[in-house]
Amino acid sequence: MIVLLIGGPLDQSSAQDISKDEMRSLDEQVQEIKSDVLSIASELSNLEERLLYPSNTQIALFVSIAENETFRLDAVQIRINGELAAHHIYSFKELEALQKGGVQRIYTGNVGTGDHELSVSVIGKLKNGKDFTESDSFMFAKGVEPKILGITLAGPEFGKSGIQVGDW
Amino acid sequence: MCRAPFSLIGLLLFTCLATSPCHSDELQDLYFGEALYYARQGYFFEALERLDTEIKQHDALDEPELDSLYYHIDDAEFSLGDFELRYRMHHRAGRAIKAVFEGAADEIVRNDAAFRLARIHFQKNQMADAMRALGRIDGKIPESIRDDIEFLRANIHLAQDRPSAAIDILKRLQDSDSFGDFAAYNLGIALLQDGQRQAALHQLDMAGQIGTDDPAELAIRDKSNLVLGTILFEAGEYDKAKPFLDRVRLEGPFSNQALLSAGWAGLSTENFERAVVPWSILANREVTDRATQEAMLALPYAYGKLNVHGRAAVYYGRALDSFGVEVNKLNASIDSIREGRFLKALIREEIRQDKDWVVRLRSLPETPETYYLMELLATHDFQTGLQNYLDLADLRKKLLAWQASFHAFDDMVDIRHDHYEPLLPDVDQYFRELDSRMRLRIEQHKLLVRRLNDMLTTPRPEFLATREEQANLALIEHLETQLQGSASPLAATLLRRIRRLKGALTWTLETEYHERLTKFDKHLRGLTEAMAVLHDQYKQYVRARQAATHSYVGYETPIIRLRARVRDSVAKVDLLMARQGHLLEVVAINELVARRERLENYQDKARFALADSYDRATQAQARGAPQQ
Repeated sequence: MIVLLIGGPLDQSSAQDISKDEMRSLDEQVQEIKSDVLSIASELSNLEERLLYPSNTQIALFVSIAENETFRLDAVQIRINGELAAHHIYSFKELEALQKGGVQRIYTGNVGTGDHELSVSVIGKLKNGKDFTESDSFMFAKGVEPKILGITLAGPEFGKSGIQVGDW
Repeated sequence: MCRAPFSLIGLLLFTCLATSPCHSDELQDLYFGEALYYARQGYFFEALERLDTEIKQHDALDEPELDSLYYHIDDAEFSLGDFELRYRMHHRAGRAIKAVFEGAADEIVRNDAAFRLARIHFQKNQMADAMRALGRIDGKIPESIRDDIEFLRANIHLAQDRPSAAIDILKRLQDSDSFGDFAAYNLGIALLQDGQRQAALHQLDMAGQIGTDDPAELAIRDKSNLVLGTILFEAGEYDKAKPFLDRVRLEGPFSNQALLSAGWAGLSTENFERAVVPWSILANREVTDRATQEAMLALPYAYGKLNVHGRAAVYYGRALDSFGVEVNKLNASIDSIREGRFLKALIREEIRQDKDWVVRLRSLPETPETYYLMELLATHDFQTGLQNYLDLADLRKKLLAWQASFHAFDDMVDIRHDHYEPLLPDVDQYFRELDSRMRLRIEQHKLLVRRLNDMLTTPRPEFLATREEQANLALIEHLETQLQGSASPLAATLLRRIRRLKGALTWTLETEYHERLTKFDKHLRGLTEAMAVLHDQYKQYVRARQAATHSYVGYETPIIRLRARVRDSVAKVDLLMARQGHLLEVVAINELVARRERLENYQDKARFALADSYDRATQAQARGAPQQ
């Protein structure tokens, strides 16, 4: 008759110890390379910004969702002087990040000094399941310093635009 | 029979320790908001890159209070620590928070920082440092982290093998909204560690009866019951163990282990029917599960004990077939890992988009190896190694993309150089001419402004004479000088006429003075406006001229340096990926080999038991004994 059905686990402790030590040593090295690559990324971003978006022509657009908004943002389209600048379709994760206070840099580009027109179109769904589309246009003046504009989105209300644009 | 209950008991619940950075209601700094946007999606590299740069820039400012990050600086430093921790950069994590802690004047902020620092030390397994950081909390504590601090303190005590200190704290946390259920379970474990067996059993019994619909709390309840049942089972109190094992939900993550133990409890009391029920359920579950495989062998053993040898033989036969299939699957998995397919599957982007990507790995037909790796994948060390491998793969992808972009940068710089270099000498020459003309006009403008100011205090009508009047006045003065001293009667007549003319001119200048002054002032204002426009255009030109040079000059050195750094990093990442990948493969293969050996061991036992069951069934048949 079978006396002992189930034996204990095979003894792998020494092998596991070795791999644990190796894992730890590798973990330290991975942390170091992460630090290096982060520093490269930072320097590269700086270089890119200088090269691609000089301060006298730089414009950056940021999108955020107003506090306590429950509408679902599906897509945003942005035109500068009639030219398509950005068209973004939101994933669930991105929408959640915006709803939790994150701010998305949707566009970085160049425009000359002077007055420009910014057109923003939003497609979304209200909490009651109704689809909505909203568009609005704004004028802004670009000076010699970088222009940073924040676009704050809210669900549409009667007589009030759900799209607000402001300087930062 | 030897089970392994303490692997379960040892797992304290720390799940609530990882909190996210708090969200400031009024966001003042877009770049901090951008970092949060990435962090909330789990992109901690991007979040760190932005936030680290932003904080460094803020720190370098002469007047940081004028910077928009100033409003969030403590929150930003806390977030930096959180992001570093989540990106598994434990070495760096805590530096920023330490800076807040040491620099904060506000008691609440300092205490919050001390707590976060302690949490980081705890996660880095630096228990003494963690306790020291908690010890520096003094005075007002933010209400939102009051329980977190105490729960952390209790866990540190437990990790330092001081259960009695933890018990007092955990008792106080029993009514906590955030930690009540976790504290209930941990209190049971603390009592057990402290040698208070009865109290521990009572506490785990209570933790095993919490009423909840929350999946995490249901899992705690199951775990409490499983641990309690296992403790009693280990002590040979099989009848007492069974009700607690039966409390574990059949669909929960601990159900397989509970079913297995429940069967063993029945068998140990020679209540074989009670063993058959849980093992029959378990034997039909996922065949790769360790408990299921054990049940497949245990179930016919129980039938044998019930003298149902025919059925026992059938189940041993099924187990043998199944183990054979699984051994083949394991062999295929080992071969597959050796061919490198495991690592390839791990870094498939479409799988990692899914939050349950590790589970989904099982459904990939080309990665059979993952069937048996679920337990291994869940271990901390393997997870760390695996996450490091995935992080390295991400870093590699980024570095290669950057490497490719350097060519574009070079092209861009060359094109700008070729465009501007022939144009700029002529532009500069033309600008110099314009510049000297402009300077002249600026001086003239200044002179006119000065004159206006003088006239406002001392009227000077001659300053406002027209060009013709000025010429006439000059002519009159010239003639007057020439005729002066002449004795001729004609000269005297001429002088009288000249004085009349001069008087007429002076009359005009004096009487029209105010009207002319008003006009002059108006024109000067117009000129001042025109000069301001000119000045702006001048500045704009100077900036555009500088931008033209800056668009292609001064990039060579940074690009060369960055190119070298990226190249070196790619080499390092390749090396680390190879080592990390190899280690993962070795650990995975070891695990699969161990599982295969275990199955082969089961196969041997099943073969022997199958033959034995047939013999017994045949003997029983010969004796004419009825088979159930």
